Amino acid sequence: MMYLRHPITRRVGEAVLTLVGVSVLTFVLLRVVPGNQITASYGTAAGELSPEQVRSLEAYYGLDKSLPVQYFDWLRGVLTGNLGVSTTSHVSVAQLTGQALPNTIELAVLSILVGLLLGVPLGVLAASRPGKSRDNLTQLSSLLALSVPSFLLATVLASWLANNFGWYPNGEGFRTLVQDPGLNLQQMILPVLVLGISIAPPVLQTTRTAILAIRAEDYVRTARAKGVPERRLQTRHILRNALIPVVTMTGLQFGFLLGGALVAEQIFAIPGIGRQVLLGLTQKEYAVVQSTVLIIATMFVLVNLLTDLVYRVVDPKARVR
Amino acid sequence: MYKVSRTGRRALSAGAAVATATLLVAGCSGNASQGSGSAGSDSTLVFGITADPTQMVPWTSTSEQSIQVLSQVYSTLLDTDADHNPIAGLAELPKISADGMTYTFALKKGLKFTNGSALDATDVKYTFDKIMDPDSKASSRSYFASVAGVQAPDPNTVVVKLKKPDASFPVGLTGVNTGIVPSDVAVDSLETKPVGSGPYQFVSRTPNESITLQRNPDFSEGKPGAAKLEFRIIPDDQSMVSALKTGSIDVAVFDNPVTAKTATSDKVKVDTVSSLQYHVLQLRAAAPVLTNVNARLAIQCAIARKEVVDSAALGAGDITGPITSPEFKSDPDAQPCATQDLAKAKDYLAKAGKPGGFALNLITSQGLYSTAVNEAQNVQAQLGKVGIKVNVQTLDSNTYVQKWLAGDFEAAIAQNGGSADPNTMYARYFTSTGSYNKVAGYSSPELDKLFAEGIATTDTAKRQAIYKQLSDQLVNNAAWVWLFTPKEFIAVNTKVKNFEARSDASLSTLWKASLS
Repeated sequence: MMYLRHPITRRVGEAVLTLVGVSVLTFVLLRVVPGNQITASYGTAAGELSPEQVRSLEAYYGLDKSLPVQYFDWLRGVLTGNLGVSTTSHVSVAQLTGQALPNTIELAVLSILVGLLLGVPLGVLAASRPGKSRDNLTQLSSLLALSVPSFLLATVLASWLANNFGWYPNGEGFRTLVQDPGLNLQQMILPVLVLGISIAPPVLQTTRTAILAIRAEDYVRTARAKGVPERRLQTRHILRNALIPVVTMTGLQFGFLLGGALVAEQIFAIPGIGRQVLLGLTQKEYAVVQSTVLIIATMFVLVNLLTDLVYRVVDPKARVR
Repeated sequence: MYKVSRTGRRALSAGAAVATATLLVAGCSGNASQGSGSAGSDSTLVFGITADPTQMVPWTSTSEQSIQVLSQVYSTLLDTDADHNPIAGLAELPKISADGMTYTFALKKGLKFTNGSALDATDVKYTFDKIMDPDSKASSRSYFASVAGVQAPDPNTVVVKLKKPDASFPVGLTGVNTGIVPSDVAVDSLETKPVGSGPYQFVSRTPNESITLQRNPDFSEGKPGAAKLEFRIIPDDQSMVSALKTGSIDVAVFDNPVTAKTATSDKVKVDTVSSLQYHVLQLRAAAPVLTNVNARLAIQCAIARKEVVDSAALGAGDITGPITSPEFKSDPDAQPCATQDLAKAKDYLAKAGKPGGFALNLITSQGLYSTAVNEAQNVQAQLGKVGIKVNVQTLDSNTYVQKWLAGDFEAAIAQNGGSADPNTMYARYFTSTGSYNKVAGYSSPELDKLFAEGIATTDTAKRQAIYKQLSDQLVNNAAWVWLFTPKEFIAVNTKVKNFEARSDASLSTLWKASLS
């Protein structure tokens, strides 16, 4: 029974339990909210459907079965690789996700990159003279970036560029990185900038706090006393250790972005996974929402596992634990 | 400390360099804002829509986007003129028998579906039979409530027999949800690959992104103006405006007056069109608090409709009475209180035995249309002046629809669809057996009688007199408080030629539009 106590087995077990919990919660929440696919699809015109029509629609959408049967039917499908079909576009959820997921991943990776490129150097800069003007200035700009809501920044940026420079690539039909890399990257600039700006402040704060804390550690003083060159001390001893909490936070942010880049996707017309869930929710496409949320949750869990592994590389102590 | 700051600066400049390089590479790698397509016969006209169409089979279509897309793919037996009156479509206007029970339609010659097969009477009969099938998913089934049967005696003739005279029947045949489908193509396949006889034929669909159509060379009414028509999905209104301004899309429809204003520029012309739809304060007379007619009349008198239009809808509407059908339009001033009269409102309250006013629950929804919540709040403020304390409940659209359908409310702010025929507009609400009577919460023997007379009469002048009485009945009893018909805004790039802006933002003549 020792293998059950192994940290990796335990983590995998927790992950599976989390996913089951997520699937049950999504299933229940979807059905607690008033309305069903018939009212979502027909709106007020549902009142003109005859009882026979309603019965036949219920059968079509699978609403005539009991809730446990609906859940296990869906679960059986998922376990056998059938994530369901969107009844509005008549495309399988697997295919929809296959199209949407790469766009969201691209958006998330680039946004994290921009967030790190802005946040880490500024954090280092802020920590270099704590309490002095450059620290205050970076703190102030980070507060400003945090206070401006993403949707506002997105809308203002888009309108300003379109009005003054006649430039708004997101009005063109979306092209993937494979179809047209040039246009794709242009279409990613605005959403990545908006998301990157919202990710940078927490990265900045974490970097700054960590550097300041580590700089006061005994081992840094010892290293300095031993004559470790200052540059090596800064990079290998301080920055490297300061990055541990940054990695953890980045992993979490990345997970959130996979499911929650909705504002950017919606405003900048990026056909990603967030919009897929939103569309499923408004149309009450149960299979689309349940399966997509499960996919997002799975990725979230995987990213967290991965973060733990990276953590082990960055932080030797974690390897021992 | 000096070295720390140098590391910081180095890191900062490296970060900035990478970010700048990324932006430059992306920015230089091609000019995205080329516009929607080259002019002339190879042009692509791009129409911006905010959501994916939810239905692709004509008779199931209810969402705005489905109607917009399918109206370009399918044709209907009858069309409409600019005033929404039926005119010839796939068939000439029908010959109606003296007893008003038989409609004979002569189909035009040489009609074809885009798959090459001929469109004849068999296809019309097939389509109508499908709609009338009790198990069908048709939203248009109620239009055929008076139909006894459809016959196709020869390929060019369709005969529809009615169970009882129904003067509103032809109007139903103009909607895209009665569009004719080919009898030799399975319905399931139409869900993914529509086949019609409209101006454009279906090419491809990318869910959540776009639907592409191409010119139908066999279209019966002429050569469509653009080689391709793309419906592009841009969910956000402001993003749509930016896309219009940079020429990425050519046409878009807005209901929000503020958005429409921001879209106007030297490259984008915005046409304001009226609508047959109407915004209304629905009162359920069946709710205990509103059973007394005087309580309802007090509400009518306390509301300044002009103020609702001006402040909540930013002036984008025309005050209306119940009937918006052009031929039968109600006089908006023909009601006990055409303008706000607080003294009269208080009199009515006293007559209702509630001189101090009463509490009223009002439902509305942010998801309905852009000004719904503002209208509810405006009504709340106005009714407060006579002591009617309105409790506004702002619901999500699904909950709203659910409560609305169940008649589970006292009052509701609603935007209801209009029609060229008053019977189609209101029989479902205000006849005692109407499918929405529970929602309307009001009926009377007088109304039942007038509706029955109206539908059995074919002479237009006589019908007008009947519907005038009917409209009077509705406002004199304050069944509801009709507010205004909204405006819609059609934003069109100045490159687009021959575009006719039609009321209700109908796209029935979009096929004539081309790019210069």
